[in-house]
Amino acid sequence: MIPGVHADFSQDNGWTFLVKAVLILVFLLTSVLVAIWFERKVVGRMQVRPGPNVHGPFGLLQSLADAMKLLLKEDMTVTAADKVVYLLAPMISVFCSLLVFAVVPFGPEVRLPFTDWSTPAQLTDFPVAVLYVLACASVGVYGIVLGGWSSGSTYPLLGSVRSTAQVISYELAMGLSLVSVFILAGTMSTSSIVNEQTGRWFFIPLLPAFVIYVISMIGETNRLPFDLPEAEGELVSGYMTEYSSMKFAWFFLAEYINMLNVSAVCVTLFLGGWRAPWPLSAINDGMLNTGWWPLLWFLVKVWLLMFVFVWVRGTLLRLRYDQFMVFGWKVLIPAALGWLVVLSVVQYVRIGDGVSQTTLIGVLVAIGVVVVATVMFWPSKKVAPAAPPPAEFDAFAGGFPVPPMPGQELPPSPRARRRPVTVSVDAADGADADSDPQEGTR
Amino acid sequence: MTTTSGEAALFGILATLMVIAALGLLFAKRAVHAAMCVVFVMICLAILYVANEAPFLGIVQVVVYTGAVMMLFLFVLMLVGIDAADSLTETIKGQRWIGIVFGAGLLVVLVSVLASTDLPAAVGLEDANANTNPTGLAKILFGDYVIGMEVIGVLLVTAALAGLVLTHRQRLGARTTQRSMAAERVAALPEGRLLTPLPAPGVYAQNNAMDTPALGPDGQPLEHSVPRVLRIRGQQRTAAEVLGSEETLRSHLGLPAVGTALDDPQIPAIDEPSDHTSTEERD
Repeated sequence: MIPGVHADFSQDNGWTFLVKAVLILVFLLTSVLVAIWFERKVVGRMQVRPGPNVHGPFGLLQSLADAMKLLLKEDMTVTAADKVVYLLAPMISVFCSLLVFAVVPFGPEVRLPFTDWSTPAQLTDFPVAVLYVLACASVGVYGIVLGGWSSGSTYPLLGSVRSTAQVISYELAMGLSLVSVFILAGTMSTSSIVNEQTGRWFFIPLLPAFVIYVISMIGETNRLPFDLPEAEGELVSGYMTEYSSMKFAWFFLAEYINMLNVSAVCVTLFLGGWRAPWPLSAINDGMLNTGWWPLLWFLVKVWLLMFVFVWVRGTLLRLRYDQFMVFGWKVLIPAALGWLVVLSVVQYVRIGDGVSQTTLIGVLVAIGVVVVATVMFWPSKKVAPAAPPPAEFDAFAGGFPVPPMPGQELPPSPRARRRPVTVSVDAADGADADSDPQEGTR
Repeated sequence: MTTTSGEAALFGILATLMVIAALGLLFAKRAVHAAMCVVFVMICLAILYVANEAPFLGIVQVVVYTGAVMMLFLFVLMLVGIDAADSLTETIKGQRWIGIVFGAGLLVVLVSVLASTDLPAAVGLEDANANTNPTGLAKILFGDYVIGMEVIGVLLVTAALAGLVLTHRQRLGARTTQRSMAAERVAALPEGRLLTPLPAPGVYAQNNAMDTPALGPDGQPLEHSVPRVLRIRGQQRTAAEVLGSEETLRSHLGLPAVGTALDDPQIPAIDEPSDHTSTEERD
């Protein structure tokens, strides 16, 4: 048994690991096929159209047909591309996205049918498993960055520069929200975190961290409304513009596997992992939390989050790039930091001073009421005295161009307004007369 | 503690690859290739750390160095330019020799420190990792070396603040925001400026060329829908041309003039509202 890890892998050997790894791979690849169909169908219903419905029952075979099409398309390599990196980039993306599920617990100890041989429904786990997930995600970004760079073209490069900035900023917020889980659970191993959520799922006590995680997980996977690296209206398709056929399909695959990854991590860290939801978990003394049942709850929760992804995509518009960055750095990260400080103090008081849960909640509610009351009854800001009239500003004082001093105002640039257009005589007879004041705006 | 054969094989393979990648860093022509070599070395190092029962160090190495630091490096490389080559001219006279002297000095200091170090007897991995590897590390970092950690923390925060201060620049004028632009538009309303964006040329008109003014809801051509440049050059189609063109079209096609009923169902009807107003206009 590995110290600090709840799941017991002592009975596993090389064969078990191999079988589990293959099963995870099969699970991921089929899930992606289903996810593409699911997304198109749900977005279709949200946009009041049927979605894919031609191939197979309910159009279920549509993604299979798409995959076949991608496989059989001509595989092009652009002349300006840096050949090796161009080929390597989609591989990095897919490879890193496949790694994450190795530490995600699908369920507790399960017994193989017809044998008395039991093993955790999880490939592996170690004391820093959640950090390993972050590491995989951060290496996976290299696929996007290098793909955009190696294409030797402008739009992909812009897409990859955006993606770098985006992932670095949103990974910070994500990491900070994960730290609050570590503080509460006291461990970074996934199976132990699920074990700590026996009584209550972490999204209840850690609601702010949960919200921050959900927002930043959408930013991290480059999905709408945060899909700026591949914004169609601005960058064609961003970093994958120059990719075709199977290499494109790999990027596509990586994107959908990443969606599954972040959903699974969210379920494991905040939504109780494989645990049955409350009324069900009480049935027959927790019968539904044992055996193969947990697999069902885990999948249901993951697909609920996948639905949230699609729902958000069908509802929200793409953010402007600067708004997106401001949101990440000025809202999410400070909020996550503040929450972390509050949580650390509360946790210190709870464990160090042995304060009971009821007292703690009472004190917290009281503090909350006081804060709200202070904010509400705080005297409004005094109106600042009117600023002194701007002093005369000489842009060429002493013969050199100089910037304005504080209190001085920059005179309007002579080029700010364009010269008005003279209305031609012909136009005057039928045209509306009030068009002239518009001239400055065009 | 002995090395198992698996460990030895792992080290043999990884060390060879790492040396090749490190040489690649030195000899790569393009900066991004060199950066990729560094990333490869870092990941191999992380694997070796994990194999040596230091999982926290290994994983954090990937998260921090590979995921953040090298990524920022790549970011800057891309911003500077794809094929920007380093210039090899010396900007400071004798720069190379000064560099070599300082490098040699650092080497002497490091070697003398290493030579005079008195390493305590190894505790053994079993004992060091007794309460799991991260907990053991945390106890040392935030117990024995807490002052050092805090000093480094203060140093880093100061450096970050210095970065902010050094890159800060004062605004010359007031900042234009979406809100201020909206207020400006409303304030300019009495002067006859529109709140909405200007109409695109050719909307609801006979053709969608740039020189054709759009037709307003009243069927009148909107002069300001034609780009300003065309108007200055006098290249826009005049209202008379626009309103007359339908008449011209009809006469070309041999159709009856506007106002009489269209008998031929094969010719699509030209939309009603503009018909109506243009007839009025010509009267």
